[in-house]
Amino acid sequence: MALGASQRVDDVLKRFGERPEYLLQMLIALQETENWLPPAALTALASALRLPRARVEGVVGFYSFLHAQPVGRYRLLFSDNIIDRMLGSEVLMARLCHNLWLAPGQVSEDGLASVDVTSCTGLGDQGPAMLVNGRAVAALNEDRIDIICELIRQKLALDAWPAELFEFENNIHQRDALLSCAAPPGDALQAAIAMGRDAWLNQVQASRLRGRGGAGFTTAVKWLACRDAPATEKIVVCNADEGEPGTFKDRVLLSAHADLVFEGMTLAAWAVGARRGFLYLRGEYLNLRPALEATLARRRADGWLGASIGGAVGFDFDIEIHLGAGAYVCGEETALLESLEGKRGTPRIRPPFPVTHGYLGLPTVVNNVETLAKCCLIALHGGAAFAATGTAQSAGTKLLSVSGDCARPGIYEFPFGVTVRQVLDACGAIDTLAVQVGGAAGITLAPYEFGRRVAFEDVPTAGAFMVFNDTRDMFDVAHNFVQFFAHESCGFCTPCRVGTSLLAGTLDKLAEGKGSPADLLEIEDLDRLLKQASHCGLGSAAPNPVIDGLQKFRPAYERHLMHADFSPAFDLDGALRRARQITGRDDAGAHLPQQPEASR
Amino acid sequence: MSAPRKLRVATVSLAGCFGCHMSLLDIDEHVFALLDKVELDRSPLTDLKTCGPCDIGLVEGGVCNSENVHVLREFRAQCKTLVAMGACAINGGLPAQRNHLDVGQCLSAVFQSRPGMDTAEVPDDPELPLPLDKVHPIHEVVRVDYFLPGCPPSGEAIWQFISDLLAGRTPRVSYPLLHFD
Repeated sequence: MALGASQRVDDVLKRFGERPEYLLQMLIALQETENWLPPAALTALASALRLPRARVEGVVGFYSFLHAQPVGRYRLLFSDNIIDRMLGSEVLMARLCHNLWLAPGQVSEDGLASVDVTSCTGLGDQGPAMLVNGRAVAALNEDRIDIICELIRQKLALDAWPAELFEFENNIHQRDALLSCAAPPGDALQAAIAMGRDAWLNQVQASRLRGRGGAGFTTAVKWLACRDAPATEKIVVCNADEGEPGTFKDRVLLSAHADLVFEGMTLAAWAVGARRGFLYLRGEYLNLRPALEATLARRRADGWLGASIGGAVGFDFDIEIHLGAGAYVCGEETALLESLEGKRGTPRIRPPFPVTHGYLGLPTVVNNVETLAKCCLIALHGGAAFAATGTAQSAGTKLLSVSGDCARPGIYEFPFGVTVRQVLDACGAIDTLAVQVGGAAGITLAPYEFGRRVAFEDVPTAGAFMVFNDTRDMFDVAHNFVQFFAHESCGFCTPCRVGTSLLAGTLDKLAEGKGSPADLLEIEDLDRLLKQASHCGLGSAAPNPVIDGLQKFRPAYERHLMHADFSPAFDLDGALRRARQITGRDDAGAHLPQQPEASR
Repeated sequence: MSAPRKLRVATVSLAGCFGCHMSLLDIDEHVFALLDKVELDRSPLTDLKTCGPCDIGLVEGGVCNSENVHVLREFRAQCKTLVAMGACAINGGLPAQRNHLDVGQCLSAVFQSRPGMDTAEVPDDPELPLPLDKVHPIHEVVRVDYFLPGCPPSGEAIWQFISDLLAGRTPRVSYPLLHFD
């Protein structure tokens, strides 16, 4: 290892106090300077942290934004969600590859650039989007692609690129209680401190606040369990690993209302008695980090973080930001905790639950960005006022990330109980064929269901709301989602690792026009297997788009079928080509028909 | 009243080792009970070369060459219920270990570059089936109704499976008959 590089490894080690739980953060920092993670650097990290080298390599291998092989100086990753594709990402990617003289997935010969795809980058309202060395560029069009090509050819450092490339819009179209909250930073906290810890928790209980990350667990119950867990140190984690395709509300909250989020974390700390907090920010939102750090610094200066917050002696709490590195599964809370500890993001077996055994075995509260922001409203206006909106089992409002075929994609805040049709009207969607609520893992709604309500008792959602009009093929949508799950499976359990790949393979076969009725039966079998045998929610949710699709949009699948009993996915005659070549044969016996004679 | 019609059963070993057929014979005295209920059609046991209309087809081995494809298609066309028997039929098994090699290089390594065979050609007799570039599990070539795992499945497992089929039940092979640890 070059002297400079080994010095930089030492710097990184020192910066993170040589603590192994910061391994992932160290690797991310190191890659920023080295552009990739050379073997010698991994060895140096492993020995300094007293970890087996395989552990370090295992972590590098797990996260798709970490590279153990040399990569292009500019790594361009197109967001590959169906919404980006509908906005023309594939054509733009082809244009970029053509301009740079390279093929997708390969590094250009001069080592300058590589172009590939990545999972949804959370910019569905202003796509197509891509990441350039981890930094998001939205609203791509041919002009922007050509500008980017030129900047790359000039080998300009990313910091010297026009700043407007890395800016994005918040696109807030409908505000309710949360998004119109204009209370100055600290007010909510002061109110809660004045109540005292127990009275504050009682307010949260009275608000009937449920988690906004999708599962909808009652927040007060979580906090109570953490508060009562026997340990001297407690942890608060804000889950900002917003990886569900089509979701971007957390991005907007973190850019427009970061104070509410951090204040919510501090409110949680007040309730459970935590001293440390983490914001786990998905790698795709790297652009947000400087502003978030600045907000944290301001809050420390104002006395809303640090020691004796708001003058309450013994209320010490601070927040650090941890970055993810491109792993959807880390949005699952136990996988997120593993990742926070610097490990591969493999979901843990529950129980024990994080509230008793979380980060480094300490009682930990993990809450969604939106949930924490909502806590400010409860502190400001009281739990009863919060519980007055929404439905019986879903109190308050919900942020919806609307994208796809509509006039005004963006963020809409509605009270729970809003019907799907109301949202469609608000965003200006016409001729709607289907709505995917809750992201790839969510539910596909057909027009006859547009009267259903967004609420935990009917259509639960973490916030994604993707609209498809009647020119779209719902098979393509499900195909895209299943490919996403196959890519994001963490590989820990066989049903999910193999099942998602088999399901993707079967849908590939249908997409190529080689499907038969037998393949639909195979898909149904795989759906059942994934649902029943997977270790975590990723695997059990993976077949959802296909299950809904087959039930509600079966003709879209049947269009892809041949009328044969069965047809192989591979080219049978082509499989004999090599043997024909080596034997020099071309007689009738040296060929195979794709279909049996009788059925052709 | 006449006895119920005997069911017709065909068996074949494609790219397999005949281990599954050995296991089939391992059902010991159940052979008599079996032969009371079935008549064998094409099978290594009868040495018949073509398959007539059958109720059940048991296929051992994966698909490695063009002849395997023809035989497998004949089985699918003739058998009401087609069973993939054993690891090779289900996954490609041991023969599929050649899948990461180039079949052309395999052939020339065997027929041309071995010591003492430097002048020989790769056989090109049209009587010989050509190998496919990869060995495939049978469900990638035809529709398959049931899968009976094992390398080989034990005699007991095969007997349990066949008895269920003969009785008209959905075959269920319990875990103790399937696990190998």
